[in-house]
Amino acid sequence: MTEIQDIQIQVAQTPEPQTAEPQSLEHQTLEARALHVRAGTFAAVQDVNATFPAGVFTAVIGPNGAGKSTLLRALLGLSTPERGEVRLLGRRLADWPRAARAQTLAYLAQGEGLPDTAQVRDVVALGRGAGAWRWGLIPTRPWTDADELAVTDALTRTDTLRFEHRRVSELSGGERQRVSLARALASQPRFLLLDEPTNHLDLAYALDVVRYVRCEVAGGLGVVAVLHDLNLAARADALLLLHEGRVLAAGSPAEVLTPALLHTAYGIQAQVLRHEGRLVVLPQG
Amino acid sequence: MLSTIHDPRSIPPPRRLLPRTLALLAVLLASIVLAVGLGSVFIPPSEVLGALWRGLLSLGSGAELSGNDIIVWQIRLPRVVMGLIVGACLSVCGAAFQGVFRNPLADPYLLGVASGGALGATVGIVAGWPRSSIPLSALAFALAAVGTTLALSREGRRFPPTRLILAGVVVGSVLSAFTTFLILRGEDRARQVLAYTLGDLGFSGWRDVVTVLPYAVIGCGVLMALARALDTLQLGDLTARSLGVPVERLRLLVVLAASAATAAAVAYVGIIGFVGLVVPHLVRLVWGAGHRVLLPVSAVAGAALLVLADLLSRTTILSQVGVVTTLLGGPFFLWLLARGRSD
Repeated sequence: MTEIQDIQIQVAQTPEPQTAEPQSLEHQTLEARALHVRAGTFAAVQDVNATFPAGVFTAVIGPNGAGKSTLLRALLGLSTPERGEVRLLGRRLADWPRAARAQTLAYLAQGEGLPDTAQVRDVVALGRGAGAWRWGLIPTRPWTDADELAVTDALTRTDTLRFEHRRVSELSGGERQRVSLARALASQPRFLLLDEPTNHLDLAYALDVVRYVRCEVAGGLGVVAVLHDLNLAARADALLLLHEGRVLAAGSPAEVLTPALLHTAYGIQAQVLRHEGRLVVLPQG
Repeated sequence: MLSTIHDPRSIPPPRRLLPRTLALLAVLLASIVLAVGLGSVFIPPSEVLGALWRGLLSLGSGAELSGNDIIVWQIRLPRVVMGLIVGACLSVCGAAFQGVFRNPLADPYLLGVASGGALGATVGIVAGWPRSSIPLSALAFALAAVGTTLALSREGRRFPPTRLILAGVVVGSVLSAFTTFLILRGEDRARQVLAYTLGDLGFSGWRDVVTVLPYAVIGCGVLMALARALDTLQLGDLTARSLGVPVERLRLLVVLAASAATAAAVAYVGIIGFVGLVVPHLVRLVWGAGHRVLLPVSAVAGAALLVLADLLSRTTILSQVGVVTTLLGGPFFLWLLARGRSD
């Protein structure tokens, strides 16, 4: 366990010689700087500046087509920005070796497919990643006890260890999503990016996912989650509201979830109430 | 803690799978012995095993074979070995295609290999080329068909799966139209073409086996080396990429390796349907979806199945191995579907 974490920290702290800015701050964030991303001919993300610190749960919200998923993919390095850059732990994302990047940034895709006949533990083991393989295709190092422990740890944290030997086809939607979460945590990442992780889940399961993610955030993980449900998003530490590819507002839930901003972004009239210390968005009409 | 740890390369737990794997190997051995023994001259299993053993020894010493040993080694064994190779190839390639396209309907002929091979053979047969050059013509056309599919589906440096499948369907249809046209023009040879298209192991000699073997070994070897990457791909393209798998490279490698192996198989024994589609599904039910287990087990199961199907084709009225596999495979696939629904 400690060994793996040491290795990760070494990877993370590979210093970038030209960095003049203070390292302590630089090294704890995932950052978008003047980011422009095209999807076909469409400028999906325009001039986005955003900082996602470790140990903070940031929810990305905005109406359909606002560029939420596109931003997430650019943050992962899955799409090449037209302009601007993404910096991970102070270093340009494009300069990260594939292996280290795959280990540091984890991704939970929208509606991630799981092979039905696979066993839960096998699926989670896939999260240990292919980064360091030859050509990214052929494993070059043997599977070790450290890998096993990381998998068991991820299963434990998501409360999926109980059914580690069951087949995916035997699981409920909520259980599957926790298995996907365990898969994402198995690489022991510094940042976890989730694309609508609560989509198609019953409210209880959706809250479950948010709760497990919260635990990881308390342990220092940086989380960026695209969320549709504003009342779930209200549980995040910080919000980033996108509208037509641009940042409309960023800040605490109280700063972002205001009737005026919601009207601009979604075109709705909404009341924002505070109930037992939590914000509740009530759309009108 | 450590007692619960097991090697993920042998999941589901090896305790449960070992007997099944041994049983499958026993079936394979039995099918070989049976297929070598049955025919116009019956050779009992003990004698088959003896002949195999003596033949192996004589390979080393160069001694002459005699009696039934000649039937075993020169007539029946090459056909059986060809069946083993082709059955293994089709099943491994089918499993790899289903994995790389995440499509349960994918089979090794998805990208036009079969139609290309059929056209190549038809051209050779109708033009009256010598028998020995027909497989070469089929092989060239099969590879050219896959090349065309790849060229048509290319999008910059990417080969999107949907475009690949659609291009494969189109290439297959166009080539089949050419084949039909040629068959109608060269009526007197139509039967010969049909026999080839329906799959036949009857002409296989050691020389053919030696020609097909390198394609099979390299193709299947590459696919098995990619097993772990294929596992990761089951999570989706984006997730696999986020885990560090270069998805485009993986897809292209799988398509090339599987097409080379399938093209060689099609060229020498014709189009044998359903093996590459059904065997991987069957194996997945018992051994799970992990490609490190799925691919080698599919190879063994496919080899045994094709040898048995070929045995049926030569001992019954069905006469063509492709007819047997399709007649058995079709209903079996329907059973698989019905089974999935009742779950």
